[in-house]
Amino acid sequence: MTVVETKASAPPSGLSEFWFYFSRNKGAVIGLVVFLAILLLAVFAPLVAPHSPSIQNRELLLLPPAWQEGGTWGHVLGTDAVGRDILSRLIYGARFSLFIGLVVVTLSVISGVLIGLVAGYFRGRVDTFIMRIMDIILAFPSLLLALVLVAVLGPGLLNAMIAISLVNQPHFVRLTRAAVMTEKSKDYVVGSQVAGAGTLRLMFLTILPNCLAPLIVQATLAFSAAILDAAALGFLGMGAQPPTPEWGTMLAEAREFIQRAWWVVTFPGLAILVTVLAINLMGDGLRDALDPKLKRS
Amino acid sequence: MLRFIFGRLAVLIPTFIGVSIIAFSFIRLLPGDPVMLMSGERVMSPERHAELMHQLGLDRPIYVQYLDYLAGLVTGDFGSSIVTKRPVLEDFLNLFPATLELSLCAILVAVCLGIPAGVLAAVKRGTWLDQSIMGAALVGYSMPIFWWGLLLIIFFSGYLGWTPVSGRISLLYFFPSVTGFMLIDSLISGQAGAFKSALTYLILPTVVLATIPLAVIARQTRSAMLEVLGEDYVRTARAKGLSPLRVVGIHALRNAMIPVITTIGLQVGVLLAGAILTETIFSWPGIGKWMVDSVFKRDYAVVQGGLMLIAAVIMIVNLVVDLLYGLVNPRIRR
Repeated sequence: MTVVETKASAPPSGLSEFWFYFSRNKGAVIGLVVFLAILLLAVFAPLVAPHSPSIQNRELLLLPPAWQEGGTWGHVLGTDAVGRDILSRLIYGARFSLFIGLVVVTLSVISGVLIGLVAGYFRGRVDTFIMRIMDIILAFPSLLLALVLVAVLGPGLLNAMIAISLVNQPHFVRLTRAAVMTEKSKDYVVGSQVAGAGTLRLMFLTILPNCLAPLIVQATLAFSAAILDAAALGFLGMGAQPPTPEWGTMLAEAREFIQRAWWVVTFPGLAILVTVLAINLMGDGLRDALDPKLKRS
Repeated sequence: MLRFIFGRLAVLIPTFIGVSIIAFSFIRLLPGDPVMLMSGERVMSPERHAELMHQLGLDRPIYVQYLDYLAGLVTGDFGSSIVTKRPVLEDFLNLFPATLELSLCAILVAVCLGIPAGVLAAVKRGTWLDQSIMGAALVGYSMPIFWWGLLLIIFFSGYLGWTPVSGRISLLYFFPSVTGFMLIDSLISGQAGAFKSALTYLILPTVVLATIPLAVIARQTRSAMLEVLGEDYVRTARAKGLSPLRVVGIHALRNAMIPVITTIGLQVGVLLAGAILTETIFSWPGIGKWMVDSVFKRDYAVVQGGLMLIAAVIMIVNLVVDLLYGLVNPRIRR
């Protein structure tokens, strides 16, 4: 308790300092608001969505959006080729995209940080071996490797997430390793080593917390990249399988109606773009707030 | 410099071996064995199965098979397609120019627009121009390009009817492939309208594929320029009374280019990943579409060989970029 109090009484607390820098970036605040809105929509999808995402209405196939001729306000964004409400499917789709992002980032951060920590802390042969393996993964275009992995594991959302985590992970390994290598030789680490701290304590409690800033920024980028990759896999028919209302899969189903019904193609992609853009805006703000050295835009 | 080159090559060899192990083991991770995959739905007697396994050398120990595979790779044998029986390398070499042409055009567009945009944003820092350029760059960076391609098709091909939807050139034209690059071949052929046709087919895929590299290059150029513009030698150049154009264009830009060149080199992987999506949308007959089709046809020999060849291309390009970088920036050679 006392430790916390002394920290709070010191100049601005970490959180308020963070918010000071983060909120100076207007784009980042907009991104945060949009992201929170999408998050709320996803969480409360059953309450918000006007229709069920899977019920097909045979009388209302390819109904245009409400503001176009022939559209009704009952189906604001129109219906798809089998008469499902597009708005409802998009709202439910937010659940999948955010879930994919969360799982992929969790998997690749945990594994990447552990491996990077080991490589950066122990150096030597272990390091060389690990970095060579990461080089091998990075020698393939990420989407191609993910595509082939999913082909081996079998198409589906879970396998797509595993594949994307695997191709995302080397970035975290490299980043953690580089950060650990710079921190390890600093006085405070040597000090705590001399004071008798064990290897695990040094790795996880002494060094790791000081490497977090770039990792958090990279995690945001990985979150949006995961959503894009999963949608791309869904679009290629190797991600979530129909009738799942995943945005990429919806686009794949809509492709044949591209000349007749622009709305079935436009809205799912717009949902992907807005979500990814919001997260990337937040990422820029996080970078400004957490890592002044990396400050760029 | 020589030591630097050999150092880079020495790192490449274990990576190449690792890539070959992945490509080799991937087929063996699939349920069933290659013979069963080849026979598909047909029923096969155990004797015939064993015979085929023996014929293909699949009854030997796994490490012997791997060494055999590696020996094949070194001599240029990347296996043959299960479906068409053609050698994978032959198909790759036939299709690669299409992807290369598309990628080169895309990176050209990205560089020619991205660098000036980034410089402009840096020079006009904080103005509405800077904000709109960076806003557009972030949208481009966040773009699901498969959707972007569909939108462009809806608007330019469907609504305006300006550009064709798929392929490399109109069926009206036929000429021998000399370079494999449709733009050059159509010029050589001398047929009226052939070049224009090839260009209209190329334009949308190029825009789609260029989008993300363009955004990345613009962002990187801006940040590199901002860093350089704050340096003392730029202030000195300004103080000497040199024109702003000369200061920005020569003193600053040349030094800002080093990180930008690295970024451009890193786009090769992005381009090849983007080619998978772009070629699928526009039915562009390149290696990206070839790989996707092979995955769906379960032609795993092609997938295996293609993975290996694409990884080799990326590794070679990365090596060249590394070497160029060492040439430009002596500090990195050590």
